[in-house]
Amino acid sequence: MGVKIMSEMFAAGESPEILFWVGCAGSFDQRVQRITKSFAEILNKVGVSFAILGSEEACTGDPARRAGNEFVFQMLAYQNIQTLNNYNIKKIVTTCPHCFNTLKNEYSALGGNYEVSHHSTFLQELIDAGKIKIKEGGSMKGKKITFHDSCYLGRANNIYEAPRKVLEALDADLVEMKSCRSNGLCCGAGGAQMFKEDEPGDKRINVARAEEAIATGASTVAAACPFCMIMWEDGVKQKNAEAQIELKDIAELIAERMS
Amino acid sequence: MIQQILFVFLAAVAIYFFTKKVMSIRRNILLGKDEKLNDNPNLRWKNMMLFALGQKKMFKNSLVAVLHFFVYAGFIIINIEILEIFLDGILGTHRLFLPILGTRLYSILISCFEILAVLVIVGCAVFLTRRNITKVNRFTKPELKGFPFRDANIILITEIVLMTLFLTMNACDFIFSLDYKLDNYQHFDGGVVSFYVASFVLLPFKFNNETLEVIERTCWWFHIAGIFAFLNYLPYSKHLHIILAFPNSFFARLNPVGQMENMVSIQKEVVLSFQPERASEFPADEASMKFGAKDVKDLSWKSLMDAYSCSECGRCTAACPANQTGKKLSPRKIMMDTRDRLEEVGNNIDKHGMDFTDNKTLLGDYVSVEELRACTTCNACVEQCPILISPLNIILELRRSLVMEDSNVPNEWAMMFGNMENNQAPWKFSNEDRANWIKS
Ligand code: SF4
Ligand code: SF4
Repeated sequence: MGVKIMSEMFAAGESPEILFWVGCAGSFDQRVQRITKSFAEILNKVGVSFAILGSEEACTGDPARRAGNEFVFQMLAYQNIQTLNNYNIKKIVTTCPHCFNTLKNEYSALGGNYEVSHHSTFLQELIDAGKIKIKEGGSMKGKKITFHDSCYLGRANNIYEAPRKVLEALDADLVEMKSCRSNGLCCGAGGAQMFKEDEPGDKRINVARAEEAIATGASTVAAACPFCMIMWEDGVKQKNAEAQIELKDIAELIAERMS
Repeated sequence: MIQQILFVFLAAVAIYFFTKKVMSIRRNILLGKDEKLNDNPNLRWKNMMLFALGQKKMFKNSLVAVLHFFVYAGFIIINIEILEIFLDGILGTHRLFLPILGTRLYSILISCFEILAVLVIVGCAVFLTRRNITKVNRFTKPELKGFPFRDANIILITEIVLMTLFLTMNACDFIFSLDYKLDNYQHFDGGVVSFYVASFVLLPFKFNNETLEVIERTCWWFHIAGIFAFLNYLPYSKHLHIILAFPNSFFARLNPVGQMENMVSIQKEVVLSFQPERASEFPADEASMKFGAKDVKDLSWKSLMDAYSCSECGRCTAACPANQTGKKLSPRKIMMDTRDRLEEVGNNIDKHGMDFTDNKTLLGDYVSVEELRACTTCNACVEQCPILISPLNIILELRRSLVMEDSNVPNEWAMMFGNMENNQAPWKFSNEDRANWIKS
């Protein structure tokens, strides 16, 4: 793919319009890599000049901070802010709501001030500006689709409409799960839960969430968070509903259908 | 005269004990750590009007919200009537405002209060039903067993009793006013008062005047004594929220809820290990540096006010994904534990002085590790709370202490921390491979 690395661009004396913050899941998890690629593909098609940090990107530190380890968080934050400030980065777009929240709300107290957007808002703006057009036969008309609100996008940052607007561009039949928007049920990954076994209980959170999606009869669940995606994959599998429910990030849905 | 003396005595005792308890709650809240929460006063006033006075978040469920609003508005507005009762008690008058306002206006006002009183009774009856008969899920959780469950019922029943006394009292006076030549009730010589709701309740019984007077006096005394008792019960009850909801929504944190408090002490340590020359940017170290919160005193004063403000309604717990899937965590319990522990610390100070330690802490003796570990930091509890409490803030501070003070970390998290330190990612991948996806 035609993706530029920031250090190379910088060496060539160029600066990108935006920095695409890929995030750990987006870089390493095979399923989430597909989301990363879709978003990069969209950026390329639309002609937005962007770069990634590549091996200079470090985890934002979100899971460590929320697990209670401020040391690890501060180390990583320091490192990232140094890198970003050295490259004089002003605008960041990321496909991960956790990275988004940390970069936007938490790095400023540490000397990292950037204009940060989540890809849902970024995509919505591209659609509104007419830069993304859905190709012929790309419409999802008649297909039921439901959107899963990520906690760190929704409640934490009040972004509920942008991802839904993106889905509207696909003309799909948007249905809501029992709990949605500010009442949305978590996927179970946040607060570093993703990285450990559940505490004792009678159900996994992602299974409870998958049940809500199944109840809507939607054939597609759209997400806008890599961690939600990983949890959903597992939840839907547990319910043996893989055949009936397709899991897609909003970026994938757009990339597959744009002209 | 004896009645007056008795009244003044009773009022003085009630107000003394209430004030004393309020001051001790204030002191307890101020045991917490400093947190600056007085920026942007305009938004703060707005929040208070919207969330405390307007009960905006309650309206997520409109039936309950309307009933709750009746009970609350009824209670507040009827307090205007309490003012008259209070003055009557001190001055030995009877219905002091009647001659001032005139029979007509007075009757209308009292009738409005009576309508509210009836609505309060209806509201409380429905709430009692929801708690005791239909057993709404959020009222049956383990943390409500015992006192908290009784507390809610005591409050609801007391309100019904107080309102009934108020209505009966008025019904008596209506009948007296029909026979206005009675000496004790000369105020009624302006004509017949009509308290439209209560007026007719006692008519069919045809009580003689002596009996009526006994009933009226009894109701009057029980009503005001009930109010004084209620006032003094309040600070021990979840019902304290009717007062604290106001300051609590005023001082609510205004930052995005996803933003965690920065720990400057650690930031300093990290920055200075790379750039010692930046030392002047940071404040000097405090003598005893503690990471996170092990006990209530390590929490922000706002979290402590949150704890006293909590109405134990359980909306947070009902929305909590961990609780919904059977985990032990309940954000309401976190708030109740914090309050219980803070009361305990306060009582210890009263008994043994400021420096006493009982070797107990909020973390461990009240809140267990298992509860803390189950939180996904999803903010559902914060979103739900009608009076802008953040159980999550307490959870995160306790987690910090657990991890950084006690090094109490599950294996998987220890591995995650290690990976993040060594490979800059929570998984064991080499950072060199971060951009490998470009190639495929
Ligand atoms: S933030 Fe934690 S305690 Fe609050 S609702 Fe979510 S999981 Fe439950
Ligand atoms: S924290 Fe808020 S939502 Fe939870 S029980 Fe207390 S008042 Fe209710």
